[in-house]
Amino acid sequence: MSTIRLLPGTGFVAALRTPFGFAAGGGRSGRLLLRLLSIAACAAAWQWASAKHVDLGVVTFRNVPAPSEALAALWSLLQSPKLLQHLSSSVARVFSGFVGAALVGILLGLVIGRSRWAEDILLPPLEVLRPIPAVAWIPLAILMFPSSEVSMVFITFIGALFPILLNTVHGVEGVDPRLIASARSLGSGRRAVFAEVILPGAAPSIVTGLSIGMGTSWFCLVTAEMISGQFGIGYYTWASYTIQNYDQIVVGMLFIGIFGMGSSALVRKLGNALMPWYLPQGRKS
Amino acid sequence: MSAAIQVAQGSIEIEHLHIDLGTGGKRFEALQDVSFTVAAGEFVCLLGPSGCGKSTLLGALAGHLQASRGGIRVDGRPVAGPHPERALVFQQHTLFPWQRVVDNVAFGLKMKGVPRDERRRRARELLALVGLEGFDRHYPAQLSGGMQQRVEIARVLINNPRVMLMDEPFGALDAQTRLMMQEHLLDVWSRVRTTIVFITHDIDEALFLADRILVMSPHPGRIVEEIRLDFERPRDARLVTSARFTALKRHCLDLLHPDGRHPVHRERLSPLGDVAVRGLRFAV
Repeated sequence: MSTIRLLPGTGFVAALRTPFGFAAGGGRSGRLLLRLLSIAACAAAWQWASAKHVDLGVVTFRNVPAPSEALAALWSLLQSPKLLQHLSSSVARVFSGFVGAALVGILLGLVIGRSRWAEDILLPPLEVLRPIPAVAWIPLAILMFPSSEVSMVFITFIGALFPILLNTVHGVEGVDPRLIASARSLGSGRRAVFAEVILPGAAPSIVTGLSIGMGTSWFCLVTAEMISGQFGIGYYTWASYTIQNYDQIVVGMLFIGIFGMGSSALVRKLGNALMPWYLPQGRKS
Repeated sequence: MSAAIQVAQGSIEIEHLHIDLGTGGKRFEALQDVSFTVAAGEFVCLLGPSGCGKSTLLGALAGHLQASRGGIRVDGRPVAGPHPERALVFQQHTLFPWQRVVDNVAFGLKMKGVPRDERRRRARELLALVGLEGFDRHYPAQLSGGMQQRVEIARVLINNPRVMLMDEPFGALDAQTRLMMQEHLLDVWSRVRTTIVFITHDIDEALFLADRILVMSPHPGRIVEEIRLDFERPRDARLVTSARFTALKRHCLDLLHPDGRHPVHRERLSPLGDVAVRGLRFAV
């Protein structure tokens, strides 16, 4: 073994082992590289497992499409004129459901967080509804809403509602009572306390709820688009399953994952831009 | 000093004040039959160990706690709730983290409907008074503990309070900064002559600042002695080494630690009281 050939290798491995080194020395680009490498490594492991038809008993890759096959399916979808329609229908549904959930969730959360009376009246039924999975809502959604489009939006709404609601309640209840007392001593009435203290005080928690809610809304997309339709990424995924086109399932899953991640990050970015005073505590090194 | 800062002076009368805190079986008498008066423009320190009810008394003066019996009057008017005329300063600052320093200070004027430019101009004047020119664009989290308390003082002074109620405002600062802040407070008070009721368990602090000390004792909270201080003003740090200061300090030590024993440590009560904190949900 020659030292010369080893050196760059050890350096690279050492850097991989200590992400701290990246953060301190390499900065943002170093961490980005590490993250991309992580995704690449996962894809490589997946390719290997499906190429070798790995069978571990509990889990088997015998019928799992390989990334290369998924890439081919992705390529054909990218060239299809339907892609834009799939994406735009899905984005519109998630967006409508999310906006509705944000309005309802924040409003209810503020009321429940502020008043014990509202908490006693509103929270019990909501707590009963909360554990019900989106898929169980499908029949009722179809019965309740004459338009299948609205039924689908309702499912994405249900998906986003509870994280937003609960984080808002949590944020309102977490506002320091001393800040409220101080505002009252400085001449604030009920409405001023609400607008000047409760809302901004709960804002970081609300943004967290919105960001999680955006993710869970995408999470429910396949469920929502099972209801009907001819377009939508969830519909594309579900339809691929029914016609046993497994490569396309993977492509659909990836689209949902990427769009969900992207829109969640967008919500967080927007939130942070609106709260320049809020520095995330305890940043990881 | 700017002529814009004219502060009214408030006199305080407290008569047979009793305050019970807690609910049900945990209810206890935090204050028992407390009576005293404070003259307009006077600087009074309430001195006592943790749990002696001094913060409870301050909370009642601020209007955040209800008297169980007895009453409090400021300039002859009964205290019925929080009011900008009775400013409250906590041990830990209560600045809004989401507002810049200048808007925190201007908050009281915003509540009065003063236009933004005007209230920011006044806020900058007060920041200058507490020695914080040039920090108006900072957020509270970007300031040190001592600076945050200066901003807090500027924020309550903008309302021209008759009375300033201070609950161990320098208790969380390091010794060095605390000394600086004590001198600073006296300097501000010499220019803005409001009435101050200042709570502390630090004997040196009480002796250095006050015109008069009311010594409190716990279980139930009550006033056990009144000490008038006639040290000349302006006072500076040399005072604390004078013979008379030391003698009075010994006297206070004897009052607070009879038989030389240390008092049992009790949980610190908040000026909002347990009851008030829960009640605020409805009150606000």
